Amino acid sequence: MWCAGPGAYWDTRMHKFLRRNFAGYAFLLPWLIGFFLLAIGPILASLYLSFTKYNVVRPPQWIGLDNYAYMFQMDQRFWKALQVTFQFVVISVPLKLIFALGVAMALDKGIRAIGWYRALFYLPSILGGSIAVAILWRQLFNYDGVINSVLRLFGGDGPYWLSDPRYSLWTLIVLAIWQFGSPMLIFLAGLRAIPQELYEAAEIDAAGPVRKFFAITVPLLAPVIFFNLVLQMIEAFKSFSGAFIISGGTGAPLDSLLFFTVYLYNEAFAFLRMGYASALAWVLLLIIALFTAIAFWTSKYWVHYENERG
Amino acid sequence: MSEATITPAMLSTAEVARAYREAKAKRAKRAGLLKHVFLIVTSLIMIYPLLWMLASSLKPDNQIFGDLGLWPREFQWQNYWAGWNALPVSFTRFFWNSTVVTVLSVIGNVISCSFAAYAFARLEFSGKTIWFALMMMTLMIPYHVVLIPQYLLFLNLGWVDTYLPLIVPRFLAGDAFFIFLMIQFFRQLPRELDEAAMIDGCSPFKIYWAIIMPLSLPAMATAAIFSFIWTWEDFLGPLVYLNNIEDYTVPLALRSFISSDGVSQYGPMFAMSILSILPILLFFIIFQRLIIRGIAMSGLK
Repeated sequence: MWCAGPGAYWDTRMHKFLRRNFAGYAFLLPWLIGFFLLAIGPILASLYLSFTKYNVVRPPQWIGLDNYAYMFQMDQRFWKALQVTFQFVVISVPLKLIFALGVAMALDKGIRAIGWYRALFYLPSILGGSIAVAILWRQLFNYDGVINSVLRLFGGDGPYWLSDPRYSLWTLIVLAIWQFGSPMLIFLAGLRAIPQELYEAAEIDAAGPVRKFFAITVPLLAPVIFFNLVLQMIEAFKSFSGAFIISGGTGAPLDSLLFFTVYLYNEAFAFLRMGYASALAWVLLLIIALFTAIAFWTSKYWVHYENERG
Repeated sequence: MSEATITPAMLSTAEVARAYREAKAKRAKRAGLLKHVFLIVTSLIMIYPLLWMLASSLKPDNQIFGDLGLWPREFQWQNYWAGWNALPVSFTRFFWNSTVVTVLSVIGNVISCSFAAYAFARLEFSGKTIWFALMMMTLMIPYHVVLIPQYLLFLNLGWVDTYLPLIVPRFLAGDAFFIFLMIQFFRQLPRELDEAAMIDGCSPFKIYWAIIMPLSLPAMATAAIFSFIWTWEDFLGPLVYLNNIEDYTVPLALRSFISSDGVSQYGPMFAMSILSILPILLFFIIFQRLIIRGIAMSGLK
């Protein structure tokens, strides 16, 4: 019959293909649409826009590499934003992780009321991104605020935290450290996985707590430390609302709170320089990718996974 | 036997072991006490700012600053009333707006992310590995990078100043974190269930609905809770897309407190701040266990 021709062959292949893949792609469909329209599409679009001058009102105008040239050669605020953001990341992430690990170690090994402590320590992480907390922080670091009142109790005289560019970044660093809850929970889970026998054996060999910490805890926890480091670093590069609220939306005083994200927001939505802001967005993406890559690349020197040791 | 006569050779192994155990128990007790002191002091410091905000929400403005105390000398309950009506539009409206956006976002997230997670965890289809890798890569992308083109897209669709840009992406599985969380959970469910159902002639849709969904309620709940908290607190999205004060969500409204010139409004401002975090606090108290397990499982924020 005529249906034995090549058409029928393709029909059955098509049919088979559809039958095998239909359900998978049907369930994936919402994500696929989102992926193309809201993730990969916009990333490519912003790459294109980064080579243009675009103020929304008039169509984008191709200017080649001008945005990037201006950014690297002329734009003082770009360098300032980079410097502020790096300073924030480099100071806040290690302090937060050290704090998280310290508290996790104190909580480890069946302490009483662990559930309460865990909940209390995690609470700031859950509220930390809210505007309410950002507003609260502004008032805590006011010249007449709580922080300076406490300093006065000890005879010190606190600075103008919010208006003195030498100190303003510390308000946000403290805010970041305050939210040490989620790395702490991840450290706790990691600590539980370390076999107790190792510590007991070390004790019999008369190892002190410091020795035990560096010879057992740190090496065995390395994968968890690495995981937390990458996660918190990305988080710190992306942080926005705290700096936005505390600096009044502009990065003030003297651009000392000009986080990269705040600068980007202002370029795009206050000055409508969408092309230039897209170039900034791409630089941010590359920085985060670079740092993640560095973390992964260096990890082979200090992170050893259980099953690799043979 | 007096102590002087003991020589190392005379100590039996049992005695050495007992002495070791006693010394260890003593050390552990002292260390335990120190730990508790450390933990109690730390948790008080952690929680103090929040308690201070609560106290300040009930103080008259002139008693807020320079006062470290947590018990107001006089309770200024009208701060709450004043704050509720301090802006041109009342907070009834802002809370309603936030509720609409949040409820729809949570529904969208749970449905669309569980769909995607089911496909990745349980179904076979060509190209799965590539899609999965791409999905994991989107975890890293900062929202700021896609923000501008997304804004332009929604501007062209005429969606700016509506809630659509905040809600529709949630129905398109925009939050890869939740997909990842659910995949982790789905993979723990025994595959035999699917296979048995398949032999009984169930379609993948039926399996998802009748087997996976009911067994994954803890994962769904965890995703729903985080989705609730993050949407409720979201600031950048509403800041970009909502310009009319009647459309403001609670965080945007709070921000107007500090940008407006009404300087002597600290009490009412703190009162509204407290109310704005109240839903999150309640969720946290009720679902604490699920939240904490969710983080340990996936390393969420």
